[in-house]
Amino acid sequence: MSIRHGLLTLLDQRPMYGYQLRLEFEASTGSTWPLNVGQVYTTLSRLQRDGLVSAVDTTQESQRPYAITDAGRAEVRAWFATPVSRENPPRDELAIKLALAVNTPGVDIHAVIQAQRTATVQALQQYTRLKNTSGGDDLSWLLVLDSLIFAAEAEVRWLDHCETRLARHPRRTAQQTAQQTAQQSTPSAPAGTTKKETVRR
Amino acid sequence: MTDPVLELREVNRVHGTGPSRVRALRGVSLSVAPGELVAVMGPSGSGKTTLLSLAGGLDGPTGGEVLVEGVVLGRLSRRELARLRRRSLGYVFQDLNLIPGLTAAENVMLPRELDGVSARTARAEAAVALDQVGIGELADRFPDDMSGGQQQRVAIARALVGDRRLILADEPTGALDSETGEAVLRLLRARCDAGAAGVLVTHEARHAGWADRVVFLRDGVVIDETRTPQPVESLLVDESAP
Repeated sequence: MSIRHGLLTLLDQRPMYGYQLRLEFEASTGSTWPLNVGQVYTTLSRLQRDGLVSAVDTTQESQRPYAITDAGRAEVRAWFATPVSRENPPRDELAIKLALAVNTPGVDIHAVIQAQRTATVQALQQYTRLKNTSGGDDLSWLLVLDSLIFAAEAEVRWLDHCETRLARHPRRTAQQTAQQTAQQSTPSAPAGTTKKETVRR
Repeated sequence: MTDPVLELREVNRVHGTGPSRVRALRGVSLSVAPGELVAVMGPSGSGKTTLLSLAGGLDGPTGGEVLVEGVVLGRLSRRELARLRRRSLGYVFQDLNLIPGLTAAENVMLPRELDGVSARTARAEAAVALDQVGIGELADRFPDDMSGGQQQRVAIARALVGDRRLILADEPTGALDSETGEAVLRLLRARCDAGAAGVLVTHEARHAGWADRVVFLRDGVVIDETRTPQPVESLLVDESAP
């Protein structure tokens, strides 16, 4: 996992204390994935158990810095050489939400999509502001920000695609025609207003 | 609150009549303040480009009013409108509309010269504008001898030259690669930070991310918009949290 390999990669540069590792990890990822000290020491003790790092002997200090071993270096090389697995994708709450919304009576899936689109574009605006104010010297941080930006963009494109698919799907089209017929027979409900009101927040 | 540079008041635009009648925009209101960049997002056919044409006085509304710096465009004579377009508005189109027989600098100078500015002044302004977009050294090249990205920058320099208060951009990154496209948006952002008002029409969320506000258009109606952004710090996770 990334913490384990992240710490190993940092130790490949030079021996470090636990608190240094935490600071360096967060600095290179712009604190996007903060670590707590407990996680760092738990990970270090596992790495030590697996023979990938060793505690450096210093007689005068109570805390000891950690150094990478040859096995640890091999592990770092192997990590960079192996693509990140896309097997068993993490549970995607949004995909699950839309998959359920499409078959749940009383849920306006178009309103769900638009609410998400607004929220995601807003997050994109924030990431872009961060990028614009970050100056551009910190390349690691820029790469992480770009990753967040492209992921958010992909989500918005997928939402656009969902809307097109909904509009063209034969079952949905049939449902809409049925709804319109129902609305026409009950003239007290003005067509179109409900959707607009639920979409505007 | 400062007066808006651009204001659309309950604007309607109907194309055609009878069965082919299309309501491209329906009751759209939008206000853009100095220093503000507003993105308009929507699928094709949602009315984005119509909105931009109305904002730039290239087309007139069939209902409602369009104001640029407090002036109702519909009340101007053709001549006055042309003058206001040259002086106050800068456009970046999907098609670059560069004139192939003119050098980069001459393309950028053209609107200023049409406005009666001396060739000397116009040339100096064009040099500044081309420098701002990072291609000052290409001033004497013809469009055909430039890459797509360089041509795009000339088009942007032309839109920024002089003291334009309103920049209108329609998918300004065209077919540029993502890094060059980002440079274009960075320029637009910088110009708005320096006090201009900007409207950016796009279907790409990544580009809309550069805006202060994003307006969603669908079937000619504004259906939603993003709130004013929070300070950037609030986005970062609290480091002191366990």
